[in-house]
Amino acid sequence: MRFARESFIVFRRQLRMNLRNPAWVIIGLTQPVLYLLLFGPLLEPMTAQFGAQNAYTFFVPGLLVQLGVFGAFFAGFGLIAEWREGVVEAERVTPAGRTALLVGRLGRDLLQILAQAIVLCALGYALGMRASVTGLVIGVLLTVLLGAACSAASYAVALTTKSEDVMAPILNSVLLPVLLLSGILLPMTLGPVWLQTVSDYMPIKHVVDGVRSSFAGDLASSSVAWGSAWAVVLTGLAVYWGTSTFRKENA
Amino acid sequence: MITTRSLSQTFRTRRGREMVDVEAVRGVDLHVAEGEIVSFLGPNGAGKTTTLRMLTTLLRPTAGTATVAGHDVLTEAVAVRRSIGYVSQSGSTSSVARAGEEVIDHGMLYGISRAQAEQRGRELFDQLALDGLWDRQPKSMSGGQRRRLDIAMGLIHDPRLIFLDEPTTGLDPQARVNLWQHIADLRDRLGATIFLTTHYLDEADALSDRVIVIDNGRIIADDTPERLKQQVSGDLVDLELADVVQVPLAAKHLEVHGQVDTDGRHVRTRLPHAGAVVPALLRDLEAEGITLSHLEIRRPTLDDVFLTLTGRSLREAA
Ligand SMILES: Nc1ncnc2c1ncn2[C@@H]1O[C@H](COP(=O)(O)OP(=O)(O)OP(=O)(O)O)[C@@H](O)[C@H]1O
Ligand SMILES: [Mg+2]
Repeated sequence: MRFARESFIVFRRQLRMNLRNPAWVIIGLTQPVLYLLLFGPLLEPMTAQFGAQNAYTFFVPGLLVQLGVFGAFFAGFGLIAEWREGVVEAERVTPAGRTALLVGRLGRDLLQILAQAIVLCALGYALGMRASVTGLVIGVLLTVLLGAACSAASYAVALTTKSEDVMAPILNSVLLPVLLLSGILLPMTLGPVWLQTVSDYMPIKHVVDGVRSSFAGDLASSSVAWGSAWAVVLTGLAVYWGTSTFRKENA
Repeated sequence: MITTRSLSQTFRTRRGREMVDVEAVRGVDLHVAEGEIVSFLGPNGAGKTTTLRMLTTLLRPTAGTATVAGHDVLTEAVAVRRSIGYVSQSGSTSSVARAGEEVIDHGMLYGISRAQAEQRGRELFDQLALDGLWDRQPKSMSGGQRRRLDIAMGLIHDPRLIFLDEPTTGLDPQARVNLWQHIADLRDRLGATIFLTTHYLDEADALSDRVIVIDNGRIIADDTPERLKQQVSGDLVDLELADVVQVPLAAKHLEVHGQVDTDGRHVRTRLPHAGAVVPALLRDLEAEGITLSHLEIRRPTLDDVFLTLTGRSLREAA
């Protein structure tokens, strides 16, 4: 109860400041539109190659994860700015739970991912994507969960490095393999066996596969189960890590 | 209200390639009673902020113990946080939030209701001369206004123990005196205990019941401002002669009272109870034909105390 109240206070404060920033709202909502309108047509002719029936049923899940993961990874930059202004220390000196300080911020990030997912899926439907409502809901939920993990990890890195200059190269070195080895844009099955084997070690790839399967309606498939399991595990670990950096005595 | 034993903090930091230990606070013992106003005085880098951050549970001591408001800072951190207010040296609000909302949210994190936080917040804005700035973004406030906003943040939940880290830095003289009044009021009306850091000797002198001087991570003095000043032997008597040639003669006259410093046309010495001794001294000097262009008698200040204790002036050190 106390935890929910404190998280909500932090969440509301974050959201209020974001909503007052028109750039944040406009960029956030046009991103999915641009991806779909500018990137979708490029992939349409290649659909048959992947053995997929419908280009958008295949690409929307990838774009969804891409949006969720990338947006979330950058959340930490805002926290560094807050830390520099003394906001983090001011919150840490109150009796509020350290997890609430993190979860309130995650709530704002998840809402952002959710809003982008709705825009993306609505537009996907308009362009001819075919997905069951249940499959879509589960796919979006998995994405949001994965987004939570990435945000929390990003906050942890932010409070550990406390410097944009240190954090940016770290993010780059994580994002690049994630982008290349998770099959976010192009499915790994296109590549040679060794590449597929390497990508099996990339947890996010399994979540991407799960989202794709659930959009395709294979809800009973093992990839949805594995994807969900990985999403839950990653979120749990990242929230624990993030909370410990808020708790850490020299943050 | 505050008791510490051998409280210490050693930072490991990188200097170039090698790791070095910075002993910021070295075995500090503090006792602050309920209802006291205590000034924590020391030059830059003395360890004031580090000590405060340990007492407010923001930083884990590397050695020693601290009990704050009846709770151990390590094992009962949440209980400590509930009882204290903290105004940090470096700000506490986002520049793009709105002042009033920052204060309300901060109060609510202490568990008070929204309505209560707003009422107390508006009261504080009024008392700290921030009226009309409730909806303002801190980035468009002046430095002194932002400082007062930080103070309102720290007081929003009516804590019974308040830590203020250089609260008056950046305030104009009027705002400074206004804040002193406010701090004294918090103690007198609400019975709050106040622990504040400052570089300003006049501030420590005017405001506090007790002054604790820290230098290089160690406490070097802990007493009332009055008694600390008594440690300095006497008032400073500063004679400015009309003619530099007469300086040695004047110095010889003053030497019977103690050590004499000369500097250009100035001759200085310290005299206990100068007010009583100086008239006779002046008559002597006049009889010798020594003419003064200026005379100053200054009661010992905490700056003099610091000089006596460390051999350095607080002004040079800071
Ligand atoms: N996070 C840190 N890492 C390493 N060294 C630190 C850290 N914080 C403070 N120090 C060092 O500890 C010493 C004490 O610093 P502190 O901030 O407590 O001084 P202070 O008395 O508050 O000074 P000021 O009057 O400038 O605010 C300084 O030498 C400082 O460089
Ligand atoms: Mg300081």
